[in-house]
Amino acid sequence: MTGVVDPAGRVGPPPEVVTGFPVAGPPRFDSIAAVREGLAGVDYLADDGIAGVVFLADRLAKPVLVEGPAGTGKTELAKSVARMTGSRLIRLQCYEGLDESKALYEWNYKKQLLRIQADSGQAWDELEGDIFSEDFLLARPLLEAIRSAEPVVLLVDEVDRVELETEALLLEILSEYQVSIPELGTVRATQIPLVFLTSNNTRELSEALKRRCLYLHIDYPLLDRERAIIETRVPGISRSLADQVARIVRSIRTLDLKKDPSVSETLDWARTLVVLGVESIDAERAKDTLHILLKYRSDIDRAAKELAGVESPD
Amino acid sequence: MLELLTGFVTELRAAGIPVSLTEHLDAAEALRHVPMEDREAVKYTLGASLVKSSSHWRAYETAFEIYFSLRGPGYRIAGDPDDPSSGAGSDEGEGEAAGSGGRRGQGKGGTGGGEGMTPEELADLLYQALLGANDAMMAAVARQAVTRYAGMEAGRPVGGTYYLYRTLRNLDLDRVLDRLVDQARDATASLNREAPPAPGGPETTLTPLEERLLRDEYQSRVDQLRKEIEDEIRRRLVADRGSQALAKSLRKPLPEDIDVMHATREELVALRKSLQPLSRKLAVRLARKRRHGRKGPLDFRSTVRHSLSTGGVPVDPKFRYPRPSKPEIVVIADISGSVASFARFTLHLVHAISSQFSKVRSFVFIDGIDEVSSFFEGVDDPADAVHRINTEADVIWVDGHSDYGHALTVFWERWGEEITPRSSVLLLGDARNNYHASQSWVVKELQARARHVYWLNPEPRAYWNSGDSIVGEYANHCDEVVECRTLRQLEQFVGGLA
Repeated sequence: MTGVVDPAGRVGPPPEVVTGFPVAGPPRFDSIAAVREGLAGVDYLADDGIAGVVFLADRLAKPVLVEGPAGTGKTELAKSVARMTGSRLIRLQCYEGLDESKALYEWNYKKQLLRIQADSGQAWDELEGDIFSEDFLLARPLLEAIRSAEPVVLLVDEVDRVELETEALLLEILSEYQVSIPELGTVRATQIPLVFLTSNNTRELSEALKRRCLYLHIDYPLLDRERAIIETRVPGISRSLADQVARIVRSIRTLDLKKDPSVSETLDWARTLVVLGVESIDAERAKDTLHILLKYRSDIDRAAKELAGVESPD
Repeated sequence: MLELLTGFVTELRAAGIPVSLTEHLDAAEALRHVPMEDREAVKYTLGASLVKSSSHWRAYETAFEIYFSLRGPGYRIAGDPDDPSSGAGSDEGEGEAAGSGGRRGQGKGGTGGGEGMTPEELADLLYQALLGANDAMMAAVARQAVTRYAGMEAGRPVGGTYYLYRTLRNLDLDRVLDRLVDQARDATASLNREAPPAPGGPETTLTPLEERLLRDEYQSRVDQLRKEIEDEIRRRLVADRGSQALAKSLRKPLPEDIDVMHATREELVALRKSLQPLSRKLAVRLARKRRHGRKGPLDFRSTVRHSLSTGGVPVDPKFRYPRPSKPEIVVIADISGSVASFARFTLHLVHAISSQFSKVRSFVFIDGIDEVSSFFEGVDDPADAVHRINTEADVIWVDGHSDYGHALTVFWERWGEEITPRSSVLLLGDARNNYHASQSWVVKELQARARHVYWLNPEPRAYWNSGDSIVGEYANHCDEVVECRTLRQLEQFVGGLA
């Protein structure tokens, strides 16, 4: 399955020449339009920018760095692409303190100990070669994505949460699609996975990481797209209600709030309205359900006041 | 195409966007995979491979529009590029476009030929276009309006802003917006009269909510039209002067590099938006710096003591635990008109990272001075507090013109005692004192008592000490006077403080 090169060069194929661009497999998508249709087929409505970048990521075999405000569908994009291509989704959730043994691989030292105890008579050289073999390797998400024979989509979620130094772990895998294990050699991908990294922009990512990725900024959708998203994602919503919801949300986003309502919150709101059996929204109803859309007291007060039309001319 | 791309990359670099060689290569590689005739696709392709930060997107977009403006179907310029302000050819083309737009829209305005169109007719056409949200018609109106009002002259080395201003002033979009909303209100009212609602049934008047939504809808259409006009002007400028020359004059600075004192309203909004992530990032970085990477000096005594257990061999060296003291910050900011936004940004930034300081106290002045520290207490968002400063702080003493001397004297009398050797004092302002007495002895006293005194001046260094600026007089008693015109400079300075 995996091309394993022994560090001493005793077994395994000779190392391949690494070119500047990783060799992409057969293309997954025919055109940008095909990507968009495919995503629409799994209920993800992409705009031109999103579909275009996903298309390129496949053709250039490059990871995609997705940034944007919370709740605009960054993680959802990766999930949808996995569903569309029928690949397995491998997810690495980042957090402060994430290290090699959680992200890349770890030696199963308990098993190694048992192995040593079981064969105490063996020569050391043999034993060493034995305990540092794949049987004793615990693959963590990154290595797993590389080794997988079936197509995978690798999602590195909230990459801005790890420390600057830990980012370096990702670099090799992102540019060469390989993992170097000192005792074992280099594990190279048999198929190039589609990689998505998401970031909420809490800190500046390193240049080295950015340079290796295609960049995609997902912002709040425009009115038409948001309405379409509501209609696809909320079953049983009427056209007029979806339109009204989208318009009100756009209106709220023009206010200067602490946290603008995200797409996922908009969807929650729309679902609530459907459950409550609301056919059309008036100021009173909007006010009663605003807490689903907005999460700060001051924001809710502000929006309620604006929607009730206090500052309107009449 | 490769040459064009290289030129484009050079322009991006000139605009301040860092584009590495690898990214340039990627962009070239990426272009092989997208259809060249699809302009949007090319735009996103280049964007994805060249621009790696959302705050750079605006600058990128401007550069792209200029560089690739003439190379797309449907973006052809109506009119003779040599003389864009007049010419029969241009009017013919526009009349046609407007006519077809009108037919598709409301069935009106089709008669509006370019030649004989009066300003009233144009206004009407504009109104119809906005009412019907008709894209083709809007584009036509934009063209017509630019031809008529902008008064563009070939070869004049000005940016598009001037033309944009002239066009918009003549169109008076605000009034059009009001008219649209009024019209909608009247329409509902008349509908009501014609078919009175069944007794007990819902009345069909516009609720405030509906009216607001309607207004927002029209507002977004007006914004679209404005953009259309901007594009049109830019297209003509490119045709007139070539993309290279134009790119230079239209180059948009990145948010970090905008001169705070001379920022337009639009730029201030961009600044405010980038301030929040900036302060958050700064806080994270400083906290991290404090946690890591500060190894204290070797604790000799402790090392020897612990070596006893290993027979006197110092196996395990011990280090002193670092206890960096957190500075106490006193901000004294001029919030008079000219430097108000700068003071606001600084206060915001300093308070956003107040956890890095043992204490932050803020004072604002114009000719009177007032303490505003309490505004920031228990507020999660410094922006709220900054807003309160504008409305509540008592900073006017006589006439509301900056008087540094008086403000400083009062500060010294009322709060001077509280300055300790642990305090760092930041004075913000352009030191334009309206020819009042400088009272620079206060700064001297402050320096004697405080740990540091810094002066942040939002004016370019070249303007210092000209006119009524007396920053030099204060500078004699400051540890450092820093030019602080952009967010980048401000971030650097504040980062160095903690």
